[in-house]
Amino acid sequence: MKVNLQVKDRVAVIGAGLTLFRRRMLETPKELSALAVQQALDEAGLTLKDIDCVVLGTAPDAFDGMHFNGEYLADGAGATNKPMVRVYVGGGTGVMVPIAAWWHVASGHCDTVLAVSEEKMSPARPHPQYVFAYIWDPILERPLQPNLIWIFAMEMRRYMAKCGASKRDIAYVSVKNKKNALDHPSAQAAANITADDVLNSETLVWPVNRLDISPVSDGAAALVFASEKIARRMTDTRVWVEGTGWILDNTHWYNRELAYPRYVEQAARMAYRMAGVEKPSKEIDVVEPYDPFDYKELHHLEGLLIAPKCQAWRLANEGYFDRDGEVPSSPSGGLLGVGNPIAAAGTMKTAEIYWQLTYQAGARQVKKPVEKGVAQAWGDLMQVGTVIVMGV
Amino acid sequence: MGSFQTKSKVSKPQNPGGHGLKENELWQLSGLIEYRPRAKYDFSAGQALGIFLEKLKEGKIVGSRCPRCGRIYVPPRSYCEYCLVPTIEIVEVPDTGTVHTAVISYIRTTRERMEKPEIVGIIRLDVPGYSTNEYEFAGLFHRLCGVTPEDVISGNVIGMKVRAKWKPPEKRKGSILDIECFEPLPAYGNP
Repeated sequence: MKVNLQVKDRVAVIGAGLTLFRRRMLETPKELSALAVQQALDEAGLTLKDIDCVVLGTAPDAFDGMHFNGEYLADGAGATNKPMVRVYVGGGTGVMVPIAAWWHVASGHCDTVLAVSEEKMSPARPHPQYVFAYIWDPILERPLQPNLIWIFAMEMRRYMAKCGASKRDIAYVSVKNKKNALDHPSAQAAANITADDVLNSETLVWPVNRLDISPVSDGAAALVFASEKIARRMTDTRVWVEGTGWILDNTHWYNRELAYPRYVEQAARMAYRMAGVEKPSKEIDVVEPYDPFDYKELHHLEGLLIAPKCQAWRLANEGYFDRDGEVPSSPSGGLLGVGNPIAAAGTMKTAEIYWQLTYQAGARQVKKPVEKGVAQAWGDLMQVGTVIVMGV
Repeated sequence: MGSFQTKSKVSKPQNPGGHGLKENELWQLSGLIEYRPRAKYDFSAGQALGIFLEKLKEGKIVGSRCPRCGRIYVPPRSYCEYCLVPTIEIVEVPDTGTVHTAVISYIRTTRERMEKPEIVGIIRLDVPGYSTNEYEFAGLFHRLCGVTPEDVISGNVIGMKVRAKWKPPEKRKGSILDIECFEPLPAYGNP
């Protein structure tokens, strides 16, 4: 089954912490990081001196408005005088940080690792959207004055055309996730809404309306990773990292089929192989796929091989992915409901799988028994898939 | 697993920290600093795109062919990203293709509403002998004209045959904007 001779140490998650996610926060990026770290350490029953290494994640420097944002954040994230590294793969960072924390322990180099993700999007004026202008190719794309939402709209339109989904079919995901988020203490955009509310919200770039999209957010998230020896000594509320996968496609999104994220499938296969998962649709009990837009959750459920190609929208509308459904998807409320402080959002999703598998999710706890879960993030120009499989 | 079940009364995260601010509360903070970076960039188009832009000036779309795997890249790259060998052969390709996807934008880069919505999309170019699978193709991101929002919403636009509408030669500058847009071929009822 699970064979990977390269892994020296089995790795556990033993604690998680989150700040509130809000449109604009009083706290600085360092202070947000510190709040998340303090909560994660408390939950793990550790203090900072017990931590060997730190992995940091934050998305484009331009949001916080600080170059070298990793080094800037480091002291707030508990990294002073410790081996620290920042990883970055756009929106995929939030799950890349736990993956990198895993390899620090799995390699035998560190016994305990803090994984910290932070994002403060609110400082950018006139709107954080403008900062996204700098991710486009300067020669081929910027002359057309694109808005970031264009690329999502193009992908969503292609998915609709190829898979026969309507805007209403897709809006179900936004309704589900915002409702799930009503039970999340950090949530910024929790709401009881209907598909009509989504369809009647402002059209930004057809087919994308305002309520198809997660909000602009500030926030931080942290996880504590430990080797098996430490994990068994410290706590019985632990989950094991069973598989990790990460794949980067190219930036040439206009040269690729947008209806299906092959890079997510490749990352998922890499993680499932390591975890010994042969039939993901049967073996995964709970899933947190990346949902910055509602269609993206469907896209990613297919890439994760949890739904057949072009079928995720159908299953979603049958309640298959509801909190009390066959495979609950985004029981946290996801980015659409809890919020989307970019790097912190994917780490929040990883934390949710930890809380679900340790039965600490309170009102968000899914109905079915859970032993294995998956968190996934996506990022860059339709490029990156980051996947982590966890089990009890 | 049974031992975990007993913990289900716990609800995490407990009291997540931090203080959310309303917009007016932000403006009232003492010590709020406003800062505008002063930066300007001049980007070189590089080897492959330099040729691509020069040829646009002549009203031609070109790609590059990998001598090892045969892939034709449009827009051209100076290296094959799968073989990482130089792609020295430049090939002219037709300025026609089909619409892969198209959307209607009501907002500008900066999020303000546009007076007149703009239709943009991906054009899958008619590149004969393109050697890879269905997933990858030679194509460009550009504006679409002569297409209505209704075409986009109904889905008529997907798969529509289109051709580059060029700026007059004297107005071309060696820019992706030397192509004004892609417009439907007459067979599709374009007036």
